[in-house]
Amino acid sequence: MGLEEKIPEGIALTTVDTMVNWARKRSIWPLGFGLACCAIEMMSTFASRFDVSRFGMEVMRSSPRQADLIIVSGRVTQKMAPVLRKLYEQMPDPKWVISMGACASCGGVFNNYAIIQGVDRVVPVDIYMPGCPPRPEQLIDGILKLHAKIEKESLRSKPKSTVTRAQSTDATSKKAEA
Amino acid sequence: MEDKLRTFLKDLFGEKILSEYTHRGQLSFYIQPQALREIAVALKNDSDLKFDFLTDITVVDHQGQAWEKDGRFEMVYIFLSLKNTFQFMLRAKLPENAATMPTLSKDWACANWLEREVWDLMGIKFEGHPELTKILTVDELVGHPLRKDFGITYEMPQFSHNSDEIEVVPDNPHH
Amino acid sequence: MNTQAEHKPSSVEFSDVVEHDGGRKTMTLNMGPQHPSTHGVLRLVLELDGETVVSCEPVIGYLHTGIEKSLESKLYYKALPMTDRMDYMSPMSNNLGFCLAIEKLLDIEEAIPARAKWIRVLMAELTRINSHLVWLGTHAIDLGAMSMFLYAFRDREAILDIYEIVSGQRMMSSYFRVGGLMDDVPKSFHKSVRRILTELPKRIDEYEDLLTNNRIWQMRTIGVAKISAENAINGGLTGSSLRGSGVKYDVRKAFPYSDYDKFDFKVPVGEHGDVFSRYQVRMYEMRESLKIVQQALDGLPEGPIRAHVPGVVLPPKPDVLSKMESLIYHFKIITDGFKVPRGSVYVPIESGKGEIGFFIDSDGTNVPNRVRVRPPSFVNLSALPSMVEGSLVSDVVAAIGSLDIVLGEIDR
Ligand code: SF4
Repeated sequence: MGLEEKIPEGIALTTVDTMVNWARKRSIWPLGFGLACCAIEMMSTFASRFDVSRFGMEVMRSSPRQADLIIVSGRVTQKMAPVLRKLYEQMPDPKWVISMGACASCGGVFNNYAIIQGVDRVVPVDIYMPGCPPRPEQLIDGILKLHAKIEKESLRSKPKSTVTRAQSTDATSKKAEA
Repeated sequence: MEDKLRTFLKDLFGEKILSEYTHRGQLSFYIQPQALREIAVALKNDSDLKFDFLTDITVVDHQGQAWEKDGRFEMVYIFLSLKNTFQFMLRAKLPENAATMPTLSKDWACANWLEREVWDLMGIKFEGHPELTKILTVDELVGHPLRKDFGITYEMPQFSHNSDEIEVVPDNPHH
Repeated sequence: MNTQAEHKPSSVEFSDVVEHDGGRKTMTLNMGPQHPSTHGVLRLVLELDGETVVSCEPVIGYLHTGIEKSLESKLYYKALPMTDRMDYMSPMSNNLGFCLAIEKLLDIEEAIPARAKWIRVLMAELTRINSHLVWLGTHAIDLGAMSMFLYAFRDREAILDIYEIVSGQRMMSSYFRVGGLMDDVPKSFHKSVRRILTELPKRIDEYEDLLTNNRIWQMRTIGVAKISAENAINGGLTGSSLRGSGVKYDVRKAFPYSDYDKFDFKVPVGEHGDVFSRYQVRMYEMRESLKIVQQALDGLPEGPIRAHVPGVVLPPKPDVLSKMESLIYHFKIITDGFKVPRGSVYVPIESGKGEIGFFIDSDGTNVPNRVRVRPPSFVNLSALPSMVEGSLVSDVVAAIGSLDIVLGEIDR
């Protein structure tokens, strides 16, 4: 309604949310963390042909304290689960989790005593990615989906919930009982 | 080569060699479990045969099969002679209540881990092993997962159509 | 069943500084399981005196998948895809070993058509190159040569493309079947392989230009993590790690399988048993593998790609659509699998990592009673402490890289 004309030249309006989300999504630093076969496809994604640096995330961090994103690339074993949880807790907020591959998402072909049937029992997951292993294009697509998700986040919402699927269903079932 | 090995074993160890078994052209000898180490070392040190390479140690669980009565576990040792390019196996049947073998870890460095793995997954004890501890499975796991009486602990996958029927395990039971 | 009390935990307590008699202090350092240069989830507990490694204890099992247990619960042919996921750098080698072992148990080795055997050899050799390229890239990046990683992965993509055109999958191809292959190779196959044959030798020269005479590379590798031939044999080392110490043992020559005796190739051996020797052996092996690929491609026989063994091997697809018996066999095999006579065999093959062997025990039913995989990386890794004790902590990384381990197969 003519308001735009009153704003001086060289000023753009936005919300803090949009600004922060824009900055966050353009500079995700993933944790250099490989588990199994999927990790090899993750490495391919970071290497020449696919080159994920086109999306501002070529900086792999080896320390969880400098990372924003953990790509769980492969099967999570009973022995690895506590380690994974510790790594996740060491990451500063805000943090995101991509569950890459069938194994990380649901146990994959390994339904036995050794493998956790879905990493969401241990850490909360933002993006699930099927495939055994997912192709690098798929990983890139997952990352873009994560970007879209980050864009919708708001600073006002509480810091990322740290409950796992098991705990949250526990809570809902308790509510149902009561 | 086969004959040479056969006479060598028969001459030196006689009784301790129980029987011979050839399947698809692969030669094995069943031996008395407690005699394993002396036989193996003799084969290793013999300058002619020179079975100096221990390829693998493994074990088979025969529980639930008709031939379980001969011994539930069957230890398999695979030896290779680099000099003669010849491979054969030594096998020993072990009953469940005496699942113990002499260790080879003092004579072959690789036996250390291989025996630990057999102990971890199948629960065969190795007498004289310097450090017979778990190697692969998680510390909290009770039992030996490769035994037939250890279930695979299959878990029903949860889909949207059966999500009500399937209870989500509260959390990883071991932690 | 043994009780819990007999299980001594394998984990090592993390402690900081230990003071020994005489005032000498050592520090315990935990490396892994999340560490950029342990090639996965290997954990090492190092005891250091200054920068010198006093003792090194690998802690494994962080990727223990229970594959051997899962294999016992599947029909023979359904178990095949699980073997890809053990040594995921060389899926086709695992397939090959597994198929050969079952074929031996079934006694149908003679029936395998020549074309299937030759394609198997061709793919197995490409797999070896694939495995060595991943090794080269990761080993080099550990020692500071970043661009090697990018080059090696670029060239590896060409091999993955071939996997994709023959099987539809980039990594977990499961292309081999008991009795032959999943399908014949498509038309574009020859062209793609020829492209690799012309391109890759130049690229390998390039890698050697970059590394072999590079002073930094030489200083980080020559004389590092030595192991003598005697100790290597005693420690059960196989593959390039054994040959790096000067022992000429290669399963392809010693116990030829799948027509390997019809190919002309050399087995390189190193002299000094150090990281550099193992590096040289693997570089040379890639060239030899290319030679085998060339021979296999030039002499590829025509004919069927699956054995004619009714009731065990799937009949050709046109027959299934037109002949009643073939359809019945197809249906029977897919639903019930096939029975394997009682007995056990051990079949070794030479994979990129060393001698991978399959010991399969059958009780006469259609599921295996026991599948044991002789893991080359597992045995090779157990020699690591003896290689690094007494050397500098930075050499540990070089030693791990030069052993070319893959955790998926160590822990299975
Ligand atoms: S999803 Fe497939 S490729 Fe990925 S870790 Fe699991 S088995 Fe390996």
